[in-house]
Amino acid sequence: MSTKTDRIDRLAELTARKDEGGHGLWYEAFRRLRRNPLAIVGGAIILLFVLIAILAPLLAPYEPGAQTWLNQIKGAAGFIPGPRAENWLGVDGLGRDELSRIIIGSRQSLLVGVVATLLGFSVGALLGGFSGAFLGMFGKPGRWVDSILMRFNDMALAVPSLLLAISVATILGQGMVTVMIAVGVTQVPVFARLLRGSMLAQSHSDYVLASTALGVRKRRIVLNHILPNSMSPVLVQATLSLATAIIEAAGLSFLGLGGADASNPEWGVMLADSQQYLATNLRLAVYPAVAIIITALGFTLLGESMREALDPKLRK
Amino acid sequence: MLRYIVRRLLQLIPTLFGLSILLFAWLHSLPGGPEAALLDVRATDAKRAEVRAMLGLDEPLWVQYGRFMKRLARFDLGDSFSTGTPVLEEFGRRFPATVELTVVAMIFAIGAGIPLGYLAARRHGRLFDGLTVTGSLLGICIPIFFLGFILKAIFAVKLGWFPSLGRQDVDVNATRVTEFYVLDGILTQEWDASLNALWHLILPAVALASIPFAIIVRMTRASVLEVLGEDYVRTAEAKGLRENTVRGRHVLRNAMLPVVTSIGLLTGGLLSGAVLTETVFVYGGIGSFLAQAISARDYPVLMGFIMIIAVLYVLINLAVDLSYSVLDPRVRVR
Repeated sequence: MSTKTDRIDRLAELTARKDEGGHGLWYEAFRRLRRNPLAIVGGAIILLFVLIAILAPLLAPYEPGAQTWLNQIKGAAGFIPGPRAENWLGVDGLGRDELSRIIIGSRQSLLVGVVATLLGFSVGALLGGFSGAFLGMFGKPGRWVDSILMRFNDMALAVPSLLLAISVATILGQGMVTVMIAVGVTQVPVFARLLRGSMLAQSHSDYVLASTALGVRKRRIVLNHILPNSMSPVLVQATLSLATAIIEAAGLSFLGLGGADASNPEWGVMLADSQQYLATNLRLAVYPAVAIIITALGFTLLGESMREALDPKLRK
Repeated sequence: MLRYIVRRLLQLIPTLFGLSILLFAWLHSLPGGPEAALLDVRATDAKRAEVRAMLGLDEPLWVQYGRFMKRLARFDLGDSFSTGTPVLEEFGRRFPATVELTVVAMIFAIGAGIPLGYLAARRHGRLFDGLTVTGSLLGICIPIFFLGFILKAIFAVKLGWFPSLGRQDVDVNATRVTEFYVLDGILTQEWDASLNALWHLILPAVALASIPFAIIVRMTRASVLEVLGEDYVRTAEAKGLRENTVRGRHVLRNAMLPVVTSIGLLTGGLLSGAVLTETVFVYGGIGSFLAQAISARDYPVLMGFIMIIAVLYVLINLAVDLSYSVLDPRVRVR
């Protein structure tokens, strides 16, 4: 690249990114985020659960798969030992320590959320980015590519996402990997549509007009200016979808797609397994559900605060 | 306007054509076939082949697809592999249940969501606002089947206020006219049948409404907040217009645009069946039927149902786009 085009690029970037305060978009957004108590709460929850997941083997008092207290369960009366000094959250239906299973379960649950979101995000953003880039760069043929890609995307959106997920499961069989892929696949069209829409909206902004007027090449405008500036709603969506992925994974486990792995518990599977004790031991459903709700709330709070922080309309 | 509608409807044809090919290829590429669900596990290979031949599955895929399209041209979607009834009839029997559930759930979600979102925006930054926002976020974070369990455990099992499953009590003597149970009761003036069906709808509808409710609250709140800051609202207030006029004609009307979009999309989503809610409340909608159909590889049911759902989805989107021009005269559809 010649120094001249570089200078033009920098100029365009300045128009695009600097607001009156003289700081970049992300710096400003981060500053606003730090002052938002909801964001702090969300961040703290996520941090806590990530720490629990990392340190799980050290924190869990017992082996999660060991059926140590099986002999104390009185089948006919439906008696399962509840919370006590030995087992803080009581024992589950197969005589295993509930607290240990919740702690170890955080690993699988977070992993499901992260992997599913990463899958949906990367494939979706690639598709949407392609679509938006073709639309911006290649005139009429570009519009064709875009509209074909987007029609496919609309079709994928029209198919009920749970069916998509179930059909993935019929190909791969039961298990956590299936759930991850199934949840991720359903997120792909959402991300694709979002990034493409955001790029379309950015292409009408003043800095694009300015860059065009300065004679910057279309390719450079699309890839170096429009694309990075279109990422913020996609990142917000990614944070939010970490929450929905964990919840949807629980739903798939409930439908029996999660599979059962005694030594590797997962909250969704635990919640699904607790169904048979609903009438007698509701608490077995409540513990994993509360864990899911709090984690999802953490990601949702952070995501919503990010959305507010990045929204130029709400800037003071 | 009319030209716009016609063009959108014409666009539906290639989309559906594409969808049918993709669906067909996707479904037939799933491992196993309907014979596994129809026959015993110990059935011989010859028997399996015989069943496949009977269902016309031994022919090349393109022949099968051609047959599907030929029937489709006569608005015939074929017969279900597992029940033997025509797919359209199955749809006509189950879809009304889903529609009833969706309508009641959306009435709950809209009826509670818009007023709460509006009030939260008017009391921005105060306790009520904080509580509403937190409550709506919780609504998104609760796994829907867990909410269903809890509702069932408290209101059906413990308190006995509501029935815990089904669409209507078996001992209710109801005449079927439209398969919309609530509507049937009104049409035949069997009020108790109508009321009974409505009673069965409450708990599943509350569970199903949780996510739409949360989204509508937040959309309304954000949108009203934005409109409240507009110049024309200040102008209207400065002109001395009555507060109710400003609220109704200036604030709410302008704030409703994004809310209507999300209501449309949410309704479309619910109409495609609520597998989880239906499973918890043993409610016979299309969601659980579709889930069964996919494990039984009931190709005609899957093709037919998903195609009809896709058409509905497109029609709802169209209705949403058209409603823009009614709500906001600046938006003119072309």
